[in-house]
Amino acid sequence: MSLSPAQSVAEIKSRNKALIEEVLKVYPEKTAKRRAKHLNVHEQGKQDCGVKSNIKSIPGVMTIRGCAYAGSKGVVWGPIKDMIHISHGPVGCGQYSWAARRNYYIGTTGIDTFVTMQFTSDFQEKDIVFGGDKKLAKIMDEIQELFPLNNGITVQSECPIGLIGDDIEAVSKQKSKEYDGKTIVPVRCEGFRGVSQSLGHHIANDAIRDWVFDKMDPNAAPRFEPTPYDVAIIGDYNIGGDAWSSRILLEEMGLRVIAQWSGDGSLAELEATPKAKLNVLHCYRSMNYISRHMEEKYGIPWCEYNFFGPSKIAESLRKIASYFDDKIKEGAERVIAKYQPLMDAVIAKYRPRLEGKTVMLFVGGLRPRHVIGAYEDLGMEVVGTGYEFGHNDDYQRTAQHYVKDGTLIYDDVTGYEFERFVEKIQPDLVGSGIKEKYVFQKMGVPFRQMHSWDYSGPYHGYDGFAIFARDMDMAINAPVWKMAKAPWKTAPAPILQAAE
Amino acid sequence: MPQNADNVLDHFDLFRGPEYQQMLANKKKMFENPRDPAEVERVREWAKTPEYREKNFAREALTVNPAKACQPLGAVFAAVGFEGTIPFVHGSQGCVAYYRSHLSRHFKEPSSCVSSSMTEDAAVFGGLNNMIDGLANTYNMYKPKMIAVSTTCMAEVIGDDLNAFIKTSKEKGSVPAEYDVPFAHTPAFVGSHVTGYDNALKGIIEHFWDGKAGTAPKLERQVNETINFIGGFDGYTVGNIREIKRIFGLMGVEATILADNSEVFDTPTDGEFRMYDGGTTLAETEKALNAKATISMQEYCTEKTLPLIKEHGQETVAFNHPIGVTATDKFLLEISRITGKPIPLALEKERGRLVDAIADSSAHIHGKKFAIYGDPDLCLGLAGFLLELGAEPTHVLATNGGKAWAEKVQKLFDSSPFGKNCHVYPGKDLWHMRSLLFTEPVDFLIGNTYGKYLERDTGTPLIRIGFPIFDRHHHHRYPVWGYQGGLNTLVWILDRIFESIDANTNVPAKSDYSFDIIR
Repeated sequence: MSLSPAQSVAEIKSRNKALIEEVLKVYPEKTAKRRAKHLNVHEQGKQDCGVKSNIKSIPGVMTIRGCAYAGSKGVVWGPIKDMIHISHGPVGCGQYSWAARRNYYIGTTGIDTFVTMQFTSDFQEKDIVFGGDKKLAKIMDEIQELFPLNNGITVQSECPIGLIGDDIEAVSKQKSKEYDGKTIVPVRCEGFRGVSQSLGHHIANDAIRDWVFDKMDPNAAPRFEPTPYDVAIIGDYNIGGDAWSSRILLEEMGLRVIAQWSGDGSLAELEATPKAKLNVLHCYRSMNYISRHMEEKYGIPWCEYNFFGPSKIAESLRKIASYFDDKIKEGAERVIAKYQPLMDAVIAKYRPRLEGKTVMLFVGGLRPRHVIGAYEDLGMEVVGTGYEFGHNDDYQRTAQHYVKDGTLIYDDVTGYEFERFVEKIQPDLVGSGIKEKYVFQKMGVPFRQMHSWDYSGPYHGYDGFAIFARDMDMAINAPVWKMAKAPWKTAPAPILQAAE
Repeated sequence: MPQNADNVLDHFDLFRGPEYQQMLANKKKMFENPRDPAEVERVREWAKTPEYREKNFAREALTVNPAKACQPLGAVFAAVGFEGTIPFVHGSQGCVAYYRSHLSRHFKEPSSCVSSSMTEDAAVFGGLNNMIDGLANTYNMYKPKMIAVSTTCMAEVIGDDLNAFIKTSKEKGSVPAEYDVPFAHTPAFVGSHVTGYDNALKGIIEHFWDGKAGTAPKLERQVNETINFIGGFDGYTVGNIREIKRIFGLMGVEATILADNSEVFDTPTDGEFRMYDGGTTLAETEKALNAKATISMQEYCTEKTLPLIKEHGQETVAFNHPIGVTATDKFLLEISRITGKPIPLALEKERGRLVDAIADSSAHIHGKKFAIYGDPDLCLGLAGFLLELGAEPTHVLATNGGKAWAEKVQKLFDSSPFGKNCHVYPGKDLWHMRSLLFTEPVDFLIGNTYGKYLERDTGTPLIRIGFPIFDRHHHHRYPVWGYQGGLNTLVWILDRIFESIDANTNVPAKSDYSFDIIR
């Protein structure tokens, strides 16, 4: 299925451009005009990918995006393990997002830890009509009674809250007072706000600023003695244990990780972060806001890093070390050297099986660029990529550091476009989400979920790369794909066919 | 370094190594401000007590781990059961991402559905423009035969009027005037996903039978000998509907399966993605008016649909997710009565085989106590089956079950000596169930995937039957209806019982005298 190596970049570019023209034909004129701005063929040397982003999705096109609630409850807040996150509104949002994101944690669930539980105010018609503030206050009382070891509460607003004029801030303040200054955080992440999950990330970041940082007692004794090597991991949700396989490397190089945001994280870690010497930021999209805030307010520098694949990991370890003294710099070299034999073995085993294979990606706000290096370490080539909820700064980073000339770029791709692109380009692998997985597998295209790691992982760090390589091999070289076509079907037909 | 290229360690094993264990212990001690382990243990034990249960059951506002979803999920599930139909959910777009994910995680299938992607401006001005643009885009891109509209809570709170919006959209040329766009208001803050199924199906039937929202003459009913069949919201729709078709085939019953999503949730991997597959055709939906009767397999999924059908002159009969011998007997007898077709020998033989299987195995089930939770009809079906196996459905809980349902369950208990010590819990959640399992333990728990947390905490072995099942594969392809379905259900229950016995009798020189090879 791979592109013929004889195909020149110019040929690929012209094919991709024709492909964009072709998919746009399906749309009514107005929609075609709007969608055209989100599709492009990357030109080497450009500062960004030449697409518009972070703009409202078009009605009726089958966008893959979610909402602000998903960005706040599902991504940023949900993994904070010792707090109870109330899905405030009707039952559905909390139900569909219940334990679906694989944010691993250690703790006694239901007693001192609450990540994989679904707390909801289960709004009924009377709550819509008369407002839900009294119910919310009562819910907090009941939480205190039945879950006495919780370390805090957040209110994750669903759509109706902002529409019916509830004052969740007043309820939160009142109850916090009643419970001796308990951390209670109202979050205005109603699903209709903004254009995707992205605004939910921002709102959630701001809520930490306003309701955690700004409420802390500046005279409180620190819980631990600071060291010059204290760092916080920001923007790692510990999916399948990603933050753990990252933390271990930072610690091995001599740093001390004082907080994880937010995978396997706790309120105490959030509160301790202003003491960090450096914030290391993995998911820039979802947590650059709080990193910038800490830089401004507490003078903490932040540093983006990428722990997918040995090339980027080594580059990142050195970059992080550059903020510290020689001890840490040597530590970084020691860690890189320690894992080199493992990386060599992984690549020796899997690269021959994956060399030259092509990949198309469509993920959230980080991975559409971040995983490219890991594929390249395996000799694979990413031929198309796009963000569900990236902004222009994401496309800049993508253009300047990651994608090759001629790569097909699709922002907020629609179901129709993605099928067509895959059908025509015929990559060896598609990496996207659960909603896309079965579409492409039916078409006979190997697929990996690149949000949840398809229930595998971790993929971060050196330990994670071994799993990543094994999984990509398992997807692409599974015998099942050879059986998709019945042997008696002899008539030549395109292997892939999108729905008409 | 635990990781190894020759034997790649997954998350299961990787983090159990000493390096990670040490790291995690340090993290906790140094930075998490953890609770005193003795205090954690004390609360953990306290949460098992009758005292805790009392507080837990006194909850008035908080819901913890509910066993229900919201209306539009059911609407989407029903809509895809019609030929070439795409569900269009009017409101915030995140909701649709959730429904699609939820259905895909259960069926391991694509789930196609679009949103009108309303945002802040639509919250202020209403979502009419979203509807106008959305219908036009969906129609052009996905070439559906029908677009079935439902709503999220956002659109309901701001009061968008679907009927008027669709009319205006047609006037603006989004879709042709005669194009079928049935609709249903499906507020998430009323009922649950079973309510949404009901509303969506009613909307579609009403559309076809009652003059397409005033754009066509109402259909005249000309009674024929066919019957209609409605499955309801059902995680086993793939296996169940196929089984029902087989049974009707054996009986020679001519039936229209309404909302038949058994194909679209079970498409082959053969190189082609089928956005649409199978489904009740629009012509069949219209003609369904002429049927002499409509059978609903799930009363609480059709509380509004059946009365509508009845108003049109049909006999309506509702079951409660019938599972097992007696329930299937009743179902077949009703089909036979309505259609005049006798129950064929082939089915009688299948019945005999199920009875045979029960006779062979009942000693392992008889007297065992079960807790069941799930949708109201499924709970009734499973409880009925357990009673006829001589088991006791000790706790029966439905978060989306109401008072009438509870009375029905109580009546079922009263009908059998095995129901004597059984209790029904309408409107309760899985945190209530947790207290029940601690204070009044049972031998087995029957429920969906979320029950695994109850199994972990209380040690009650879980038998996965229900929706959603995310962590076991392909059971939805098997029926639980009909005698064959009863056999499947029996086997699933028995497998867990035997596994449980084996797991409790396998300590060498201690308990393995009972590690029998024949059971």
